[in-house]
Amino acid sequence: MRAENILEVDGLQTWFHTRKGVIKAVDSVSFSLRPGEILGLVGESGSGKSITGLSILGLIDPPGRIVSGEVRYKGRNLVGLPEPEIRAIRGRNIAMIFQDPMMTLNPVLRIDTQMRWALAAHEQVDKNAARARSLEVLRLVGIAAPEERLGSYPHELSGGMRQRIAIAIAMLNKPDILIADEATTALDVTIQAQILSEMQNLCAATGTALIWITHDLSVVAGLADRVCVMYAGRIVEQGLVDDVLDRPMHHYTEGLIGSVPSMNARGKPLKQIAEITRSLFDLPSGCAFRNRCPKVIAGCSEPIPVLERNGHQFRCINPPVPAP
Amino acid sequence: MIVYLINRVGQSLFVLSAMSLIVFVGIYVIGDPVQILVSPEASAEEIAQVRRNLGLDLSLPTQYLRFLSGATSGDLGSSFVYNESAIVVILRHFPATLELALAAMFIAIALGIPLGVWAGIRSETFSAKAIMAASTVGASLPTFWVGLILIMCFAVYLGWLPASGRGATRSVFGVELSIFTRDGLAHIILPALNLALFKVSLVIRLARAGAREIVGQEFIKFARATGQSPARIVLGHLLKNIMIPIVTVLGLEFGSVLAFSVVTERVFSWPGMGNLLVRSLFLLDRPIVVAYLMLTVVIFVVINFTVDVIYTFLDPRIRFSAKAG
Ligand SMILES: Nc1ncnc2c1ncn2[C@@H]1O[C@H](COP(=O)(O)OP(=O)(O)OP(=O)(O)O)[C@@H](O)[C@H]1O
Ligand SMILES: [Mg+2]
Repeated sequence: MRAENILEVDGLQTWFHTRKGVIKAVDSVSFSLRPGEILGLVGESGSGKSITGLSILGLIDPPGRIVSGEVRYKGRNLVGLPEPEIRAIRGRNIAMIFQDPMMTLNPVLRIDTQMRWALAAHEQVDKNAARARSLEVLRLVGIAAPEERLGSYPHELSGGMRQRIAIAIAMLNKPDILIADEATTALDVTIQAQILSEMQNLCAATGTALIWITHDLSVVAGLADRVCVMYAGRIVEQGLVDDVLDRPMHHYTEGLIGSVPSMNARGKPLKQIAEITRSLFDLPSGCAFRNRCPKVIAGCSEPIPVLERNGHQFRCINPPVPAP
Repeated sequence: MIVYLINRVGQSLFVLSAMSLIVFVGIYVIGDPVQILVSPEASAEEIAQVRRNLGLDLSLPTQYLRFLSGATSGDLGSSFVYNESAIVVILRHFPATLELALAAMFIAIALGIPLGVWAGIRSETFSAKAIMAASTVGASLPTFWVGLILIMCFAVYLGWLPASGRGATRSVFGVELSIFTRDGLAHIILPALNLALFKVSLVIRLARAGAREIVGQEFIKFARATGQSPARIVLGHLLKNIMIPIVTVLGLEFGSVLAFSVVTERVFSWPGMGNLLVRSLFLLDRPIVVAYLMLTVVIFVVINFTVDVIYTFLDPRIRFSAKAG
């Protein structure tokens, strides 16, 4: 089982040491990824999804720091690698794209320059070879008239086009893993749907594994094989998408599902998760969701172990669905 | 582009005529140059003769109209003191000022941009804070005082560098320049440093503010995520994005150094246009002063235009048409 995982995140803790105290943005996060697999990473804003992605690439800047844990790519631990060695992996083996299609590309550089530099970071390429490879990848992500696009500046392109180009840049070096952080959130719904289905095909065709970070459970439902649900820096539940969505074993997941319109029966009012402003400084010991949870029991204030049933993992001692 | 040029030229013609009138009247009010030019023993007849030769016997409006008609055909009059064309006199002093200004700009860019970018991308480090403190001090010290301190340290106590004057020159494409001789280089270092100090501080602040803003941008994070080296990220992605305010300010500063490096040129007895201007003011040598100020306007127009052209290279989103109106 272990050997066939391309990525294993194990007990990852990324903390921010600020003047006001320590923020445990990512706290004991563990998951694994098989080649070609699509993993959804869902959670509300501030739950630590982006920091998890950035930690995998070693892109955490002070005051943040990976305090402990391992990120194993093909069995090799990336945490603590010297900068040049992890830089050789970034973009070539593991690539990442971000949310804002307006600002993901450098506004003052032409597309061909940006693509050439991303290639040149990992191999010696002359201009013609870089151009040929760029055109190939632009076609791959569904860009019409790629020759023209190469000579454009980002402001001359639409948001969807820019995000496609960002995806193309990420795919330039044929990475094994692509981490997409809210990559379609800022786009309108039709473009979002297009890009999602293209990404699915693209990953199937190239064998690239995908970590799709989003706060939108309905996106994950249609896209991912497995899903991790994050809350306050922890993965509270993970498993196959169908298992998690049909039989959530954590009240936070259940609340998320209830608040998605398309997953509800029509006509029923949407449910809401009780709103409580919480701070990552002083998380309650035990389950962090405790003060918003409808089904609190006495044991919830104790540290919660990771429970498992048929590969479906959850951190809840009083899960919504009783054991069959 | 054409509209833009016509606009610019029209504006500067207006500034030129307004300025010449002010200077004409101003110097007329200050005093009579003839009293300074003739020797104390000169007879009344000799004085009247000089006055007639210089055209100063005419009424002020007549003098101004004569100047204007000369100016439209490119003749800005002859210096009262040198007895030759004012423009020729000024241009003779121009290379000295130009190379001083270029040396100062070079120092400002070579020191200011790296220090400022460093302070911006490593703003938490001690060195960054030291740079910012130094630049605050540098921006607030008066130029003449710094000039004197430089002379005291490097010329008087240490004796490393000469304190005043311009070194040996060499003719480069017909222009006498001193920066290509050892002696000339030794002479230019102190005045150039003096002139650069304020500009270095300014560039540090602009570069730091720009760098701080840009490193937080998503495209920098994205470039890092593709595995590009820190050198590529700073030199390739960041620098071009922070250059617009720096180029703007450096352009204006370059103009003001060319036109008004008076204090530094006085302190270091640098034989440039600044010194010439001060001397001509004392001697009430009106044609020189007027021609000098007109040249200044031309310099600023040319620099502004150059800066606008550089903008379009730095940022593809900027086009001429957008600025013409
Ligand atoms: N530079 C920083 N300094 C201090 N705290 C930080 C910093 N960056 C992130 N954090 C903390 O880490 C937590 C997790 O942030 P992260 O960006 O991973 O959230 P997210 O799940 O991606 O949310 P979103 O959906 O809004 O993108 C945040 O709540 C924030 O408190
Ligand atoms: Mg995020």
